[in-house]
Amino acid sequence: MMVFRPVAALMALATLPAMASGADDVAALRAELQALKSDYDARVDALEARIRQLEASAQASADAAEALATAPPAAPAPAPGGDVGDKASAFNPAISLILGGNFTGTSRDPAGWHIAGFPPAGDEAGPGGRSFNLGESELTFTASIDPYFSGVLTAAITADNEIEVEEAYFRTTALADGVTLKGGRFFSGFGYLNEVHAHAWDFVDQPLVYQAMFGGQYRQEGLQVKWLAPTDLFLEFGAETGNGASYPATRLEKNGFNGATLFAHAGGDIGEFASWRAGVSWLTQKAEGREGGIEDAEGVPLFEQFSGDSDTWVIDGVLKWAPTPRRQLKLQAEYMRRRESGEIADSTGLVLADDYRNTSSGWYLQSVYQFAPRWRVGARYDALDSGTPSYLLAPPDLIGANPDRFSVMLDWNPSEFSRLRAQYDWDDARDEAESDRIWRIQYVYGIGAHGAHKY
Amino acid sequence: MKKLIRVLALSLAAAASLPANAALKVLATTPDWGALAQELGGDRVNVYVATTALQDVHRVEARPSLEARARSADLVVATGAELEVGWLPVLIQESGNAKIQRGARGYFEAASALSLLEVPSQVDRAMGDIHPYGNPHVHLDPHNIRAVAHALTARLSQLDPGQAAYYASRAQEFDARWDGAIRAWEGKAAPLKGVKVVILHRDQVYLCQWLGLVEVASIEPKPGVPPTAAYLGTLVGRLTTTPPKLILLNAYNDPKAANWLAERMHVPAVVLPFSVGGSDRAKDLFGLFDDTLDKLLAALK
Repeated sequence: MMVFRPVAALMALATLPAMASGADDVAALRAELQALKSDYDARVDALEARIRQLEASAQASADAAEALATAPPAAPAPAPGGDVGDKASAFNPAISLILGGNFTGTSRDPAGWHIAGFPPAGDEAGPGGRSFNLGESELTFTASIDPYFSGVLTAAITADNEIEVEEAYFRTTALADGVTLKGGRFFSGFGYLNEVHAHAWDFVDQPLVYQAMFGGQYRQEGLQVKWLAPTDLFLEFGAETGNGASYPATRLEKNGFNGATLFAHAGGDIGEFASWRAGVSWLTQKAEGREGGIEDAEGVPLFEQFSGDSDTWVIDGVLKWAPTPRRQLKLQAEYMRRRESGEIADSTGLVLADDYRNTSSGWYLQSVYQFAPRWRVGARYDALDSGTPSYLLAPPDLIGANPDRFSVMLDWNPSEFSRLRAQYDWDDARDEAESDRIWRIQYVYGIGAHGAHKY
Repeated sequence: MKKLIRVLALSLAAAASLPANAALKVLATTPDWGALAQELGGDRVNVYVATTALQDVHRVEARPSLEARARSADLVVATGAELEVGWLPVLIQESGNAKIQRGARGYFEAASALSLLEVPSQVDRAMGDIHPYGNPHVHLDPHNIRAVAHALTARLSQLDPGQAAYYASRAQEFDARWDGAIRAWEGKAAPLKGVKVVILHRDQVYLCQWLGLVEVASIEPKPGVPPTAAYLGTLVGRLTTTPPKLILLNAYNDPKAANWLAERMHVPAVVLPFSVGGSDRAKDLFGLFDDTLDKLLAALK
């Protein structure tokens, strides 16, 4: 008996958790049953609703039949279901296509357009040619890849009959805790406008500061990691690195990657009708034999190639106020400051100086007001400071350029998918006595899948 | 040292067990689904509503504040059927929150519990803002609310199984009150049956179907396309043969065209709350339908 007591106690102990888990099981079963019941109720409701609708439509069609007794019979309804093979297209990605173009007039020869004091910013900068111009036709494919990733391709078909991969990237959808990873070719997440596609801009072109400092928009092949903080205030932090494939960076003759981009954004609501977002970003990159140099006041290039470090700070802010669904005021500004230091060389690669240093900066402020459901009016001011390059052998009479520009625009949006815009610029990008007066009429049409836009 | 470790372990355990006791964070796209989630979830849910009754849910921006809420939401309650297509996909995609991705348990579409009206047999944008999956403005038929309530209860119980009994009892209680209210509303609304109305946008279709109101025209020539003066002129001509008794519009609509037509046709233009919060009386779902019916009946007199 004495021997059995501990055994019995042990057995009792062993059954305790079993009993407890038994109670848990009952609760779980009960919960499952409840869920089943609710689900069942929902289905019954759906069926009831269906029946009511069928009754209503039967009544309606009976009425219609009475009214249209003499009308010719309608075309036979397609057979329900269809081939099983048809469903292969069900996984096709969402496709959208943007058509754009403009009509341009300029008071000065657009071939001579450049931004004074800055290296040539690439083909996409400037007002483009006179008369009719075809913009980029943007073709976007988007879909979930599987439960873990989604994919995006945006191809731009240019007016020169070339297909350019604007963006092509994958993005994670299944990571937890606010982390998203993106890889491939994509527009960098710094600032505000860099990620925005051309069709969603509020003016025909990018602000001068984007054209001068990034040749339009900065993108490279690389990786981005973004983290959204678990707070009611919007707080986003991101880091990127890549191959440095576009201006101001270049690809490097080594393994690994070129530089890094860090950005942080905060945002929220102000009362019921206003919202804001502000951010600060930092890009640090390297250039090796980057072509394109600065010209002096006479148009003589100081150098043709640059190799060294390029660091850029960007501060951005947006404020939107929408007192009714039909009116909205948007205020937006960005400031950029870049410091470059390194070696400059002539076109043959002969080093002219190894102590080259320059700090350039620029900003824009723009406001767009939607004053009627389909109408918006906007104004923008751009200003740049090229800085004055300093190196031992620099010509003593170098002075920086201060290009600027003022633009106004009016656009009409018959629907979410079409936009016609008129824009007029007083353009002093050349920083010369005579400013260029540019006017443009632009159309932007979207067809295909309904796009969703970021803030 | 041991003490410190024990304290740390205890506090870690406490932190880990917190989510089990914390209320579910619900992000509702409209005030109506927000109100419903509150009715069903009681103090077990923490509801944030993305829009107000004075906004057009088609055209809402993916504001940073909404992105922050999507980031920490346990459940998104949306209408679906492309109503929120312009902004909700961006929020979900940028949220970095696996729980609320499409296909996950934390993503709920009201339309999935319903069969929609006006499912087009073919779609083309030349027809205006039409929705390929049917008319998504489902909430103005209280029978739809009832069906969505059941589906939502099931979803809440799946997400928070420990509280399934609580949700079930709340759902039962809501059901009883809602069924009673529907009977009362339907009794009261008898005079509205067969009344000819002009609607503004196709977002009043479910209300008309429920009450038996006969829609003789809509002020928008095509969904989402505002009327021109010329169109309104021909509309007046067309309506003289089938004169409407009421013109319906919503709190968030631009009243100009409806008021102009009302003056021309000598019939009242009734501003309905449309959503919870659309009028002083529409404080919850019951108030929404009470106020809607009373406004319609008052205008008919």
